[in-house]
Amino acid sequence: MAEQKQQIEEFVPKEYSAGFITDIEADSLPAGLSEDIVRQISQIKGEPEFLLEWRLQAYRHWLTMATPEWAHVHYPEINYQDISYYSAPKKKTDGPKSLDEVDPELLRTYEKLGVPLDERARLAGVAVDAVFDSVSVANTFQDKLAEQGILFMPFSKAVHEHPELIKQYLGSVVPYKDNYYAALNSAVFSDGSFVYIPKGVRCPMELSTYFRINAANTGQFERTLIIADDDSYVSYLEGCTAPMRDENQLHAAVVELVAMDRAQIKYSTVQNWYPGDENGKGGIYNFVTKRAACRGESSKVSWTQVETGSAITWKYPSVVLQGDNSVGEFYSVAVTNNMQQADTGTKMIHLGKNTSSTVISKGISAGRSQNAYRGLVRVGPNADNARNYTECDSLLMGDKSAAHTFPYIEVKNPTAKVEHEASTSKISEDQLFYCKQRGLDLEDAVSMIVNGFCKQVIRELPMEFAVEAQNLLGLSLEGSVG
Amino acid sequence: MLEIKNLHASVDGKEILRGINLTVNAGEVHAIMGPNGAGKSTLSNVLAGRDGYEITQGEVIYKGENLLDFEPEERAQRGVFLAFQYPVEIPGVSNIYLLKAALNAVRKYQGLDELDAIDFLTLVRSKMELVKMDEQFLHRSVNEGFSGGEKKRNEILQMALLEPSLAILDETDSGLDIDALKIVSEGVNALRSQERSIIMITHYQRLLDYIVPDFVHVLSKGQIVKSGDKELAKELEKTGYSWVDEQPEGVSA
Repeated sequence: MAEQKQQIEEFVPKEYSAGFITDIEADSLPAGLSEDIVRQISQIKGEPEFLLEWRLQAYRHWLTMATPEWAHVHYPEINYQDISYYSAPKKKTDGPKSLDEVDPELLRTYEKLGVPLDERARLAGVAVDAVFDSVSVANTFQDKLAEQGILFMPFSKAVHEHPELIKQYLGSVVPYKDNYYAALNSAVFSDGSFVYIPKGVRCPMELSTYFRINAANTGQFERTLIIADDDSYVSYLEGCTAPMRDENQLHAAVVELVAMDRAQIKYSTVQNWYPGDENGKGGIYNFVTKRAACRGESSKVSWTQVETGSAITWKYPSVVLQGDNSVGEFYSVAVTNNMQQADTGTKMIHLGKNTSSTVISKGISAGRSQNAYRGLVRVGPNADNARNYTECDSLLMGDKSAAHTFPYIEVKNPTAKVEHEASTSKISEDQLFYCKQRGLDLEDAVSMIVNGFCKQVIRELPMEFAVEAQNLLGLSLEGSVG
Repeated sequence: MLEIKNLHASVDGKEILRGINLTVNAGEVHAIMGPNGAGKSTLSNVLAGRDGYEITQGEVIYKGENLLDFEPEERAQRGVFLAFQYPVEIPGVSNIYLLKAALNAVRKYQGLDELDAIDFLTLVRSKMELVKMDEQFLHRSVNEGFSGGEKKRNEILQMALLEPSLAILDETDSGLDIDALKIVSEGVNALRSQERSIIMITHYQRLLDYIVPDFVHVLSKGQIVKSGDKELAKELEKTGYSWVDEQPEGVSA
């Protein structure tokens, strides 16, 4: 037992395979944040007046706010004047029209990350938008999607081509006043993805955005807006990586989803930002606001996330169930190892009648990490017959990691049914020995047990992503068992 | 096949095995009996390589190699199989997944290709008949919600699939009703062969009515104090273990 325990406690630095730096010329704004910087970002992007005004309002509001401190995470104060708020690979004007115009160095970067942007390549069936630092560098399959009226494009392009949609929906789910990081994002966001699915259209392929932070001392503030009109369906995937750098980098994104009558949005994330080294040096601060509005009746939004990266994760993908009979789902695996900290969960806000929500959260803590689930289930006074089922399970590896659960339940309607189940277990030496006695080595045994623990969540992911997620789980915990 | 020489092992500084000597040839079935606390489970755990046991003296030669040099998974890949007294539950991992991973780990060591899904399913179905298991067991989580009998049958299924050279059955009869005991015993008997050695660890003589051993050894206070054939087990059944504990230390028959 003593030897096994030692194996579990031993830390071998794990390989972060996405940790390389792309040597590319970049246009960056100097570090620092001011009204002037906000104006410059807007100017670089040639934005319409309404957007600049909105940014400035957000910025002025942000100045009045204080850093939130309620999360179960600890880090030195961020100096927002040390960060550069805009970095873009040097390029010809206006962004690439086709892949031929994309810098080959960038294409190689995504190739290395396993995201080939070549439309003829094997990724048939997944349309990709690639965001490198602050801008979108490649966007595939646009023409094919356009045939069905589907809009899938960089956010900055949508601002020009569909300003009326941006004006109508931007900030309608996450107002700039929502929280500290949402306000910051609203002031300085640079790019992201925009999706609009017209009435009655079922998007024929997975839409995917791949986020990559490359430049040093740069924040990434992307904004994603997805609108699914009546009777439409879309499945959207999001992946993220960053180089290994000694400094912490800030990532403060905002994602807004709007589902109209009977529309369905499935949003999947595999988050693998650089987590820092085994002593907690470097890594991404991932402070993200993600929220969906089930505006229409019988609409449905599912969030599925596999979170293995980032030094600190602070993220609560939520669903506001406004439409009657609407459905919200949240499936999450959060893995923390070494010195990582995660405070993640969801909010399910029941407003419409007969609304239902499901929350399945799996937290895995290894090393000296801290892993917290924080979830809110709120049932409003008019939400007759609301139902919620929440299950959060924690798996501990070694004896220096910690798992926390903070459930908040607020029910203002007597017809509501709210269930909450929670469990905490340790990966047991008996399980490991059993697997080893059947011929499996330690890493395979751990990977198998962990994947079994996460099965309810993994099976919600689209097939291509599920395989990636399973590999990532194994990789993230590599070294945590000797 | 297996030669245990003067094996001493301790747990937390307390000596549990105090000089075990045992030779098991290919094709033989040995029963090791003894009262609670005699060191029966320690012996099986030490042979399988479980952590937490300190080997203070002696050696174990298996197929000409020092077994104690190997990690548990290396022993398994070399054909040492332990049927657990308390098989572990692994939630979310389907039985078929574990069976396939285990078989392929052993095949990889043997230099064989991994079996594809169809060949594997054909093979596992044929083995399941042996222990009268329903196919639905393949898709349930490993041992989760299994009855005591189902767990033990699952162990024998794994043994049938992995075809070990040396199988150690640790209290395989415990917790079984008579019907389950029959099924498990028939499974084990079908797996007896000239190439395979079996060590059965049990507290009760009952199991030996169904799986008739070639040799019976009595373990007491960490030593084998008496060895004989199947008649020895019957004698024990009549007299109980009390006489064993009265034997002076260090005596072996």
